[in-house]
Amino acid sequence: MVTDIQFKRVAERSGARVTLNFEGSAIEATSGDSILAALLTHGLRVRRHEFGGEPRAGFCLMGACQDCWVWSDHGGRLRACTTPVAEGMTLFAQPPAPSP
Amino acid sequence: MSSIVIVGAGPAGIAAAEVLCAHGYRPVLIDEAERAGGQGYRQPAPDLALDMRHLMGSEAGRYNALHRRFSALAGRIDYRPRTLVWAVEGDTLHLLREGRAETIEAAPLLLATGAMDRIAPMPGWTLPGVFTLGGAQVALKDQGCLIGRRVAFLGSSPLLLLAARQYRQMGGEVTVVADTTGLAAKARALPGLLASPLTLLRGLGYMADTLRAGTPLLHGVTPVAIEGDGHVQSLRLRDAAGRERRFACDAVALGYGLKPETQLADLAGASFTYDPDFRLFLPKTDGFGRARPGLYLAGDGATIGGADAAEASGALAAHAILSDLGAPADAAAIPLARRVARLRKFQRGLARAFAWPVAQIRAQADSTVLCRCESVTIGAVRAAMAQALGPVEVNRVKAMTRCGMGRCQGRVCGPALQEIVAAGTARDGAAAGRLRGQAPVKPIALSAAGEAAP
Amino acid sequence: MSSASADVAIIGGGLIGTWTAFFLARRGQRVVLLEKDVVGAQSSGTNFGNLRLQGRFPGQYPLALRSHDLWEDFEALIGEGCEFARTGHLYCAFDAEEQARLEAYAQVSEQHGLTIERLVQPDLHKRFPWLGGRAVAATFSARDATANPRLATPAVARAARRLGVEIRENARVTAVARHGAGFVVTTADGTELGCGALVNAAGAWAVEMAECFGETAPVFAAGPPQFVTEPLPFVMAPSLQTIDGSVIARQTERGNVILAGYPRTAADAVANRAPVPPAKTLAAMRALAGLVPALAHAHVIRVWSGIEGYLPDMIPVIGRSETTPGLFHAFGFCGHGFQIGPGVGLYLSDMIVDGAKPAALEPFSIARFRTAATVSDKFHKEFDHPGMGAQATSPQSGQSKAAQPTIDSPGRE
Repeated sequence: MVTDIQFKRVAERSGARVTLNFEGSAIEATSGDSILAALLTHGLRVRRHEFGGEPRAGFCLMGACQDCWVWSDHGGRLRACTTPVAEGMTLFAQPPAPSP
Repeated sequence: MSSIVIVGAGPAGIAAAEVLCAHGYRPVLIDEAERAGGQGYRQPAPDLALDMRHLMGSEAGRYNALHRRFSALAGRIDYRPRTLVWAVEGDTLHLLREGRAETIEAAPLLLATGAMDRIAPMPGWTLPGVFTLGGAQVALKDQGCLIGRRVAFLGSSPLLLLAARQYRQMGGEVTVVADTTGLAAKARALPGLLASPLTLLRGLGYMADTLRAGTPLLHGVTPVAIEGDGHVQSLRLRDAAGRERRFACDAVALGYGLKPETQLADLAGASFTYDPDFRLFLPKTDGFGRARPGLYLAGDGATIGGADAAEASGALAAHAILSDLGAPADAAAIPLARRVARLRKFQRGLARAFAWPVAQIRAQADSTVLCRCESVTIGAVRAAMAQALGPVEVNRVKAMTRCGMGRCQGRVCGPALQEIVAAGTARDGAAAGRLRGQAPVKPIALSAAGEAAP
Repeated sequence: MSSASADVAIIGGGLIGTWTAFFLARRGQRVVLLEKDVVGAQSSGTNFGNLRLQGRFPGQYPLALRSHDLWEDFEALIGEGCEFARTGHLYCAFDAEEQARLEAYAQVSEQHGLTIERLVQPDLHKRFPWLGGRAVAATFSARDATANPRLATPAVARAARRLGVEIRENARVTAVARHGAGFVVTTADGTELGCGALVNAAGAWAVEMAECFGETAPVFAAGPPQFVTEPLPFVMAPSLQTIDGSVIARQTERGNVILAGYPRTAADAVANRAPVPPAKTLAAMRALAGLVPALAHAHVIRVWSGIEGYLPDMIPVIGRSETTPGLFHAFGFCGHGFQIGPGVGLYLSDMIVDGAKPAALEPFSIARFRTAATVSDKFHKEFDHPGMGAQATSPQSGQSKAAQPTIDSPGRE
C-alpha cells in the first residue's frame, strides 16, 4: 500500500499549536507531542543510519533502543520518542556538517 | 546524607513508595519519564483526548487506582521525574537531570526499572514502520497515535491480542495477528496458566474478540520477511501448515514477551543466573527482592511478572527494606509474598505458552541484521566465531564484531545474540554468557559534565 | 595428568606473549602459549589503541621504532588487518611552560629520526579547525598511528598458530618448577608441560611467577579507564593528547571518539575487576569538550577498562631472569606496551634462540629491582592511589627524592 505518513492520529490534543522545522520543511504539531509523533504524523522517517544510510523511524518508542535520535540546529542530539516538541525547533535527520 | 531511593515510577515503584510513606519514611522516587505509571500503565498527557477507561478495558480499574494512589503520595515523597540514573558506584547514584550530571546517596536502593520488548530479528525488521509491540501501545497511550493504518502484529506474546484489540477499538485496521508458538505448545502450558484463571479467561476473551472481528489469527507461524521500499509494505510468513502468506500492511508491531531492564542492577552489584523458562539471565534475589545487602529489586525489572506482580513485589520489597532497617515484621508482607509467587508462576506458564522462538532465530539467514545500532549481521557473528581462536561467549563476540556495542548497549539484540552464540557452539543459551552492563546505561552528552576549569 | 613438551612455554596470551610466540615460531621453535582466559582479554584488548612515537621514554626509541616497522607491516606479516591507521599524533600544550616541555620532547624525538612539526596559534587552528582555542601550541608526528586492540592480539595469536604454536586458552598455570635444565609448568586441569625455556608474560599476574624463582618486582595492577562516544561525522584525523594528560582522544574511521581517563585507577587483579569511576568519566568528558568544543554535544555511550601491570619507574621489565637460566620476563608495561609489543616479541625471541643481548632491551632488565626501586617523579600523577599494593615503593619515600625521572610524558596506549 502506498502512503507517505507513518502514524495515524486517533486522539486529538488540546494543546497550543507549535511549528517546527525538519529537514527544511515546516511541520505543525501540538504542544505535548513527542518529536517522533510530530515527524511520523507528517512523514515516514526520522533519520538516516550512520552505517549505510538507510532510513530509520525509531523502534521501541520508550527511550530504550536509542534508534530515533535527531539533530538540532543547536548542535545537540535529541531522542525523538522522549523529547517533547517546542516552538521553533529546527531538526535534521543527519548530523549537520562539522563546522570549524 | 543518604535516603531510601526507588528508581522507576511504575506499579512496583509506586507501591513501594506507598508502603514506605505509610511507615513514616519519605523516599526519593526517581523516574526517567515525564509522568509516572511506567510503560504498561503509562499515563496519557493531560491534554490528549483519550478515553483510557475504554482503552484499558478490564485493566482500567487497576490503572485508575494506581494513578489515584500516586497522586495521593504528592508531597510525601521526593519525586524526581525526567531523571536518568546513568551509573551506580557503591551507594552513589549518578544522575542526569535537565542535561546536567549530579549524584545522590542511595541506601537502601530499590530498583524497579521495568522491562522492554524482547525482539527476534528477521529480514526487514529494521525498516521504518516496524516497532516494538510495547511501542505500539505507547504510541497510542502517550501520543494518541497508531503506528500505522494497517498493522500486522507479530511475535509470541499474549499482548499481541490485547494491543490488536486496542488498535481495532481506535479505528485501526489489523491485518493479522501472528504468533510463532503453535497451539499444541500453548495447550501444554495450560496447567501453569491455571495459577491465574481470571487472567487466562481475559486472554481467551481477547482471542474471541479477534476472531469475531474477522482478523486472521495464526498460531505456529514462521516469519519470512518484512518487505518494503524504504518503509513497511508487507509481512510474509509461513503458517503452521507451511503455506507462505503475504499480508499487506504499513506497520508491524513486533514482540516476543518482555525482558527486564537489568543494567542498573548489574552496575549495582546484583548477581545473575540463567532462567531456562524465560531463556534470560535474571538477577538473583530472595523471595522479598533482596539482591545483596542494601539492594532490592522489584517488578518486571527483576523477573517478568506483569503489572499486578510488579505492584505486589514493590510493596514486598518495601517491607523487606523496613524489616532490614529494624522495623517489626508486618503481617501484610506474607500474603504479598504468596501473591508474587503465584503471579510469577503464572508468568512462567506464559513464557512456555508464548515461547521465545529459539529454533527460528538460530535458523535465520546470514544476511539478517542482528544489531540495528552497529548494523552487524548474524553472518558476521557466525564468521567471527568460526575462525581459529574465535569467540565463544557473548561479551567476546561483542568485542570482535561490535554486535551489542552501539547506543542501546545490546538491549535490543542481546537475547537473539545469545541464541546465535549458543548455536555457534552447539550449547544452550546459558553457556553463551551474559552481556555485561556498562555505564552509562543510556548515552550522556559531554556537556552534561559541565565546563572544564579554564 | 598428561605431559607434553615444547622448546618454549609462554605464560600469558596478551599482545606481548602472542608476538613473542609468533617470532619464536618463525625461528623454528616449538612453542606452547598458556592463557588463563582468552587471548588479548585484559589491557592488550581493552587499551586505547595508540601507536604513539613522539614523547616516549628516550631509552625506548630503538625498541619503539623497530616495533613501528612491524606495525606498519602488520597485514603482510600477520595475514589479517587490525584497523591500523597512520593517523599522526597531535601533542598539545596549554601554556608556555608546557610548550617548552613539548619542545624538549620534540628534540628527543628528532634525535631518533622522527619528523616533528611545531605548530603555534593561529596556524594550529587553521590546520586543525576543530581544535578550540585553549591549546596554545602543539607538535605533530605524522608517523604515529593507531590500531584496534580488540582485533590485534587475536590476529597475532592466529598467525602464531598457523606457524605451529599451540595456543591453550582457559589454561591457568598453577605451578612452575625447575626440572633439569628446563621447567615443568602445571595448569589447573592437571596437565604438565615440559619446556626448555619459559617466558613470563603474565601482566599484572607476572610477579607471582617471578617469585617462584626467587626474584621480584614491585608490580601492581591498575586499569586505564576508557570511554567511547557514539559515531560522529569524521573530523578528528590525528590521535590527540594534551601534555597534562587531561585529554587523550582519537576518532576512529567509523566515527566513534575514544577517550582515555587519566590518571589511571587502581584495579583488583585477584577479583579480576578494573572499575571505571563515573567521576572520571565526567572529568574526561569535561576536558575533551574544553579542548574540542565541537564535541560538547557528543554522547558517551560506553565505558570500560582492563587490568595492566605497573612498576614504580613506569618502564617495563623485559629480558632474562637474574636467578634462573632459561627464564625470561616481559611484564609491567605500565600502559605503554601496545606500541612496543611487536619489538619486544622480536628481540625476546632473538635473546631466547641465539642468546643475543639486544641493545634495545638493555634499559629494562629486572636487575634494577635488586636494589631499591626507582620511583619516577611522574608516578604520582599516573594513578589515583599511588603506592597501593604492598610491594609498590611509596613515592613519598626517601628514594623518590633521589630518583631520576625516567618517563617524560604521560604514556598511554
